[in-house]
Amino acid sequence: MARITASVYTSHIPAVGAAFDLGRTKEDYWKPVFAGYDFDKQWMKTHKPDVIFLVYNDHATAFSLQMIPTFAIMTGPEFNPADEGYGARPVPKVIGDPELASYIASAVIQQDFDLTMVNEIDVDHGLTVPLSCVFGEVKEWPAKIIPFAVNVVQHPVPSGARCLALGRAIGKAIMSYPEDINVHIWGTGGMSHQLQGPRAGLINKEWDNAFLDRLIDDPKGLSQMPNIDYVREAGSEGIELVMWLIARGAMSDVVAGGPKPKVAHRFYHVPASNTAVGHLILENAG
Amino acid sequence: MALDKEFNEIPGTIVFDAEQSRKGYWLNQFCMSLMKAENRARFKANERAYLDEWKMTEEQKQAVLDRDLNRMMALGGNIYFLSKIGATDGKSFQQMAGSMTGMSEHDYRDMMVKGGRRIDGNRRIGEDGDAQRPQKDPAKGR
Repeated sequence: MARITASVYTSHIPAVGAAFDLGRTKEDYWKPVFAGYDFDKQWMKTHKPDVIFLVYNDHATAFSLQMIPTFAIMTGPEFNPADEGYGARPVPKVIGDPELASYIASAVIQQDFDLTMVNEIDVDHGLTVPLSCVFGEVKEWPAKIIPFAVNVVQHPVPSGARCLALGRAIGKAIMSYPEDINVHIWGTGGMSHQLQGPRAGLINKEWDNAFLDRLIDDPKGLSQMPNIDYVREAGSEGIELVMWLIARGAMSDVVAGGPKPKVAHRFYHVPASNTAVGHLILENAG
Repeated sequence: MALDKEFNEIPGTIVFDAEQSRKGYWLNQFCMSLMKAENRARFKANERAYLDEWKMTEEQKQAVLDRDLNRMMALGGNIYFLSKIGATDGKSFQQMAGSMTGMSEHDYRDMMVKGGRRIDGNRRIGEDGDAQRPQKDPAKGR
């Protein structure tokens, strides 16, 4: 049977992708940001996944206002990095896992989550920047990737409680898949940032760190926090953090009860462009 | 059912909800069109003529011509869509975000390096933080 062994959480800041692509990772401004991901390179040697279920959001790239699904699972065989107006990122194409993705879609829809199934889509920085941060410069991504997009752009966006429950349903689905594979689930976006209006530039370090603490120790309690608190405390774009609860909901303590996951790595840094960078790796117990 | 009114009581912030999305539909779709190089070239060659191809209000068109991002937000724009205009103009996201605060590019960048804008005084309209400058659209009626 398929196993979920770990969940990975990280910001997905476009400027980090640009710094990476332009070879600026050793500059004073960027060095401390990328240093937060040094641990990952070693860790991945012993914890390499076969498949990554990667929760992200599209930023007016593939989904315009013409249509915005609340939850979309990408069931296609491959996905190209999108041109977001500055040219496509020079990173490998994303190879999907259509068999597992359609299995999960089917299992999760039957648990009453109405997913949109997408076969053709270009993926933006929300998906590719986390991959660059964690894996560095590679010729191909070392795992198959199932992109999963959440609407966090047009309110109302799904609540933390809905996201945690969805993660639980995804976790159950993956654990019932009859192949012996190692799956990671990633939650991306955040941490505190606001990109608009006179309040742009907001950073709330205390709140961000309390969010990390609660995500580790009390995901159910954290999932009860209303969306207004994210927007008020972590900035209008800080609402992306609800997506981290999808990854957390798929961990075994939430899915089936039992011991809390082990914190393998935790990192926090301000700033990267307009944003606070957060990064966490949790390993399932047992 | 509208969003909780608390979403409209955060200073210096416009939450992009279904109502704003409806108002800003063509403004945002115009922005999406700038993802294509040929459209960027046509827009740059004659901004007014290009804008007139879209079912936008005159106020929205003027806000684009003025590059007034706060006004565009008030008229239904969403920052991820509006950022396509910035990309067309060769601006970074930090330059765009900073331009909405009334601060100079240097001062904004400096504020971020020092840890960003503080939350204290900036949670609710009427507190004493640095993001309390009035910018809500009176026409929005809320």
